[in-house]
Amino acid sequence: MTPLNQVEGRAIPLGLKNVDTDVIIPAHWLKTTTREGMGRGAFESIRKDPDNLFDRAEFKGAPILIAGDNFGCGSSREHAAWALGDLGIRVVIAPSYSDIFSGNAVKNGILPVVLPQAAIDRLMEVAATDPVHVDLEHQTVTTQFQDRFTFEIDPFRKMCLIEGLDEISLTEKSDAAIGDYEKQLDAERPWMRPAA
Amino acid sequence: MTRPRTLYEKIWDAHVVEQRPDGTCLIFIDRHLVHEVTSPQAFAGLRANGRTVRRPDLTLAVPDHNVPTTARLDAAGNRLPIADPESAAQLAALEKNAPEYGIRYIDAVAPEQGIVHVVGPEQGFSLPGTTIVCGDSHTACHGGIGALAFGIGTSEVEHVLATQTLLLQPSKTMEVRVEGEVGPGVTAKDIILHITGTIGAAGGTGHVIEYTGSAIRALSVEGRLTVSNMAIEGGARAGLIAPDETTFEYLKGRPYAPKGADWDAAVAWWKSLTTDPGATYDKVVVIDAADIAPSVTWGTSPEDVVPITGVVPDPASFADPSKQVAAAKSLAYMGLEPGTRMQDVSIENIFIGSCTNSRIEDMRAAAAIVKGRKKADNVKWAIVVPGSGLVKAQAEAEGLDRIFTEAGLEWREPGCSACLAMNPDKVSAGERCASTSNRNFVGRQGPGSRTHLVSPAMAAAAAVTGKLTDVRELMA
Ligand code: SF4
Repeated sequence: MTPLNQVEGRAIPLGLKNVDTDVIIPAHWLKTTTREGMGRGAFESIRKDPDNLFDRAEFKGAPILIAGDNFGCGSSREHAAWALGDLGIRVVIAPSYSDIFSGNAVKNGILPVVLPQAAIDRLMEVAATDPVHVDLEHQTVTTQFQDRFTFEIDPFRKMCLIEGLDEISLTEKSDAAIGDYEKQLDAERPWMRPAA
Repeated sequence: MTRPRTLYEKIWDAHVVEQRPDGTCLIFIDRHLVHEVTSPQAFAGLRANGRTVRRPDLTLAVPDHNVPTTARLDAAGNRLPIADPESAAQLAALEKNAPEYGIRYIDAVAPEQGIVHVVGPEQGFSLPGTTIVCGDSHTACHGGIGALAFGIGTSEVEHVLATQTLLLQPSKTMEVRVEGEVGPGVTAKDIILHITGTIGAAGGTGHVIEYTGSAIRALSVEGRLTVSNMAIEGGARAGLIAPDETTFEYLKGRPYAPKGADWDAAVAWWKSLTTDPGATYDKVVVIDAADIAPSVTWGTSPEDVVPITGVVPDPASFADPSKQVAAAKSLAYMGLEPGTRMQDVSIENIFIGSCTNSRIEDMRAAAAIVKGRKKADNVKWAIVVPGSGLVKAQAEAEGLDRIFTEAGLEWREPGCSACLAMNPDKVSAGERCASTSNRNFVGRQGPGSRTHLVSPAMAAAAAVTGKLTDVRELMA
């Protein structure tokens, strides 16, 4: 996973609420057995409009996306995070996310920043013409106009993003603890194993 | 004395392998359900890193999302090829990966095959008090039998395959209590649509919802699975309904359920899985069952719910300005005008199926309405898709298939079908579908498709009248 700390660049001012994963990547793009190339299907329904934000010259390859409440709601498809990543997005800024989406985002090296609606409104204004700066280390979003918004993030997620850590390797360090749990479970609730 | 705990906290506590200083826990996963769409990349990841599946015995794989719902065998009993090359590739991948990693596999033509969330409880693989995950957000469904079940993404599928655990933050808890008795024609689906309309699509975000109250207790296991299935539509990660005698009765004797002395030990533990008196939830919502009518969605968010006797709302009637914008967009997409009576909306497609409503009780409810009636002429496409091969066989033994086909509805093979536009069952652009599935998102049933979520009885009523209909008018 590519480590993420400072991200500076144009931010796509999408601003919509309840952007569900069907909008991020429609179901007919899910029939793959690999992870690459999903960006072509990202926001397909929005991009049917020739004047859509995503395909405007100034937002091509923009690393930041600004959205409204409940971003990534709907189906649990991780393809949504792959599609955003393949599109070049490293940071999403929104007032709230679906739980599943924000987990999937972090696992794929994408930072979901939570900011209140007022901050989002201001960033939408700036993003129309100017870049936005995200600093994960200091947990801030800043602009060249002295705006400075701080955000909260779970420390573990922060570490994983900054170090580009793969979660499975981390969990494998707990192998003995998992083994102990399994032994205890077999002793206390042996019927938990499927009968057949 | 120990602190009073909610049902969620009890299940959580019983599964903590390790707790990190920041409160994140490594949680043991008792059951992992795998299907063809979200698993190929996970298996590819295992292979690339030389990992194995830690507990193949706790993993069950079954194809459901992509499999066509038309005949799977020819007259000679040979498997028919799948026309779509990508679907065929995903199925082939699962067929190869499951045996390679020693995972239990129910293949596409097995009598037990079906939608993973129908198969799990039906096989007794899903049990109360277990943690269950699957790469599909409607895993919340298994909360209906008192399991802590939630959807995960493909990276997590790989993580569970490799370690049988997940790293999770504890959720907040929310109680949705439905008290009283529902009126005639009001089903589990109407209860959950009404709840979603009440709390909103983000109302449960960050929470696990426990459904309580006399109206929930009165539901069959099938009905409880329907309610918990749509916990995610209210933004929650999981739903829970405390297991009780109804649950035990349902599970007893199922293939993977405990047997003999193990069964008694299991029931004794399951009986402890209730929220203690004095335990508190972070949020509580109380609903009077008498307020719930047969319900229908008008927009493209599952919170867009009105009683069937209602009208399409005016976007200006919403207090929240962004909801006003969203509602106006929804109405443009849905081709509806504010003020239109829901019962005047004509319907061209009917889908009775999905992990929300494809169990035997759903088949019976729909059949009771179409019996002796005919599909309306303006309904072009009406399919009934049982949730599993066992549901299908049971329905056929009861003669339900003939009731449907005599009325002009198609009777199909089990699978996800028109719940999502991933297999040949799709709704055409600009057309409406009265659907018993769980999502009315833009394009969910096919590009440009317009979905109205309803109960099986309401979908059946729409099939015979050709418009959204108050099922109570067709009940004897
Ligand atoms: S029926 Fe729909 S919601 Fe249920 S598992 Fe299949 S695709 Fe997911």
